[in-house]
Amino acid sequence: MALLQIAEPGESSAPHEHRLAVGIDLGTTNSLVATVRSGLAVVLSDELGRPLLPSVVRYLTDGSAEVGYEAQARQALDPRNTIVSVKRFMGRGLGDIAHRESLPYHFDDAPGMVRLLTAAGRKSPVEVSAEILRVLRLRAEAALAGPLLGAVITVPAYFDDAQRQATKDAARLAGLPVLRLLNEPTAAAIAYGLDNAAEGVYAVYDLGGGTFDISILRLSRGIFEVLATGGDSALGGDDFDQRIFCWIIEAARLKPLSVEDARMLLTRAREAKEYLTFHGSAPICARLDSGEAVDLTLSTEVFTEITRTLVAKTIQPVKKALRDAGLSVADVKGVVMVGGATRMPQIQRAVGEFFRQQPLNNLDPEKVVAIGAATQANLLAGNRVSGDDWLLLDVIPLSLGIETMGGLVEKIIPRNSTIPAARAQEFTTFRDGQTALAIHVVQGERELVSDCRSLARFELRGIPPMVAGAARIRVTFQVDADGLLSVTAREQTSGVEASTVVKPSYGLSDDEIAGMLKDSLLHVRDDAQRRALKEAQVEAQRLIEAVRSAIDADAELLSADELSRIQNELTRLQALSLSDSRRQIVLAMDDLEAETKAFASRRMDKSIRRAFAGRKIGELDSQLTAEKTGEAV
Amino acid sequence: MAVTLSERAAKHVASYMVKRGKGIGLRLGVRTSGCSGMAYRLEFADVAHPDDVEFESHGVKVLIDAKSLPYLDGTELDYAREGLNEGFRFNNPNVKDACGCGESFSV
Repeated sequence: MALLQIAEPGESSAPHEHRLAVGIDLGTTNSLVATVRSGLAVVLSDELGRPLLPSVVRYLTDGSAEVGYEAQARQALDPRNTIVSVKRFMGRGLGDIAHRESLPYHFDDAPGMVRLLTAAGRKSPVEVSAEILRVLRLRAEAALAGPLLGAVITVPAYFDDAQRQATKDAARLAGLPVLRLLNEPTAAAIAYGLDNAAEGVYAVYDLGGGTFDISILRLSRGIFEVLATGGDSALGGDDFDQRIFCWIIEAARLKPLSVEDARMLLTRAREAKEYLTFHGSAPICARLDSGEAVDLTLSTEVFTEITRTLVAKTIQPVKKALRDAGLSVADVKGVVMVGGATRMPQIQRAVGEFFRQQPLNNLDPEKVVAIGAATQANLLAGNRVSGDDWLLLDVIPLSLGIETMGGLVEKIIPRNSTIPAARAQEFTTFRDGQTALAIHVVQGERELVSDCRSLARFELRGIPPMVAGAARIRVTFQVDADGLLSVTAREQTSGVEASTVVKPSYGLSDDEIAGMLKDSLLHVRDDAQRRALKEAQVEAQRLIEAVRSAIDADAELLSADELSRIQNELTRLQALSLSDSRRQIVLAMDDLEAETKAFASRRMDKSIRRAFAGRKIGELDSQLTAEKTGEAV
Repeated sequence: MAVTLSERAAKHVASYMVKRGKGIGLRLGVRTSGCSGMAYRLEFADVAHPDDVEFESHGVKVLIDAKSLPYLDGTELDYAREGLNEGFRFNNPNVKDACGCGESFSV
């Protein structure tokens, strides 16, 4: 007999059609899986009731792998084959890995991503992460009694496309369909229901075991936009343990310790830290191998004092992130606490004092990201709660567009558009009889192609020869929910089509994105002027081409005098068209237009006479109708 | 005629209701579907319908539409744990046959 969950009114699913979806927090230190049960997001525990899965994988000589607590317990005995914090290697090359000489692993360089040499062979970080995800998938399938429709997996907001792609690859390898990757701070905000809250700016303070991240989010129309991120990749709860450990050694005047004693005291230090969250002082008792006894009491005051610098170290990146976002403390509407280390009272106090408000902390900070991911997964799986709006949470970090004449960027999808997104714009040919169009897809905020990042180039061929400006080429940009961009160009009258698929932010690091955004702000005025100049240059070229082809076609309508005057203006404009003076170009264009005005109206008369010659009124009517229909298509 | 909740089931329902923040009770029902002819409905109830029959069990209001009641009469809704999985189970004396997974049944 199947076990059922309570559904929302009218939403009981048909038998065998439950859409099982989970949210996964794939963390540096620990990972979790959560799901929505009877309308409530819960973290799924293992057989022993433990909600966390240490993100530790140990490879054995028989090719198998231990994951979680088992692997963590052997870490000291088998450091080379026990991979911890694999998240730091995801999508990274050998050169990207900091302090790799102090890590116990045998790294192997490989194109794209580093590899680890283990007892079970050469493993990529994607494979290691897949081991963790596989354990979580099996746990979820056991808990939900069925195969999963898919998972929402969280990633740090600063993860670039290579790191995101690596995470998706790991999920695929673990047999887990990815519904969506979700930014960790966004997931935490969702867990607190902020997506339904008032619009505004929120800060997410995430102090994990070994990493610290601060994210500044802006919520508008149910969409979270990441305004700024910052942090310290080598600062976390473990550093607080270390401070207590050092204090013990000093206070008890201990001699240099054996490895076992050191590990034991470090565990005592962590226990004391956790005890102090709820008590005013913590006893620390231990008997060392050397026979020495440690019997100390650590008070909250002393603990706060010895960790003051660590707490201060987290506030610096917070200030910087706010500055990067161009905001002040007063703009922040709410602060979300994430990560077990934020339970420490001195952290709560410091964050509260800095933001001048009580941080949100009534959810378990270790579970809050997984819970938000599960909530999102439930929505994406189609188990939506009536009345709730469909959530669109991801945005395009930098505008997407194409190159137009003169090296200008025409933005088609602006920055911060929500995805999935589709936008189309019509373009035309520049020259008479032009049969091909080169399409250059670029990303960035600047006005000139040379200042943006090139993503792809392709050509639309087979455009039927027409006069310049007559062809109607519809360029469609489509970004799917995973941020994959496809661009299609279609000539509307003939139906010829060409397309390409690109990954927008591939290889763009967070710093690069930030740098590109900053550049665009610095150069707004500069760019506008350059754009105006370029536009004038292009317009001049277009005018020259048009007049030349008109002369080629209908020179007989001009007197020799008129022709030479027009030729003079043409030459003058041609010479000026490459100059840096927009004003001069525009003036020369005006002159040429004035000179050709009579010519243009004569040509118009001529073509009307030609079109109407020998036709009956009825024929004209039907032709007009046909043209109209043609436009509507 | 009666339908009841086990104490454990009632406790879970009550706590879900509190966290959900709205609703007047629990709606049970059957509908035709599935591989063995019928399937259960198990939903939160926000409003009562005119043809509802109401029961009260361990402080939880249970609503059942009159048409479903004959198929559910005597049922006890229980909350069970099977390994890592947990959820509600219908102990329904009217069931003659169920599909392998028990998600649909016939009477």
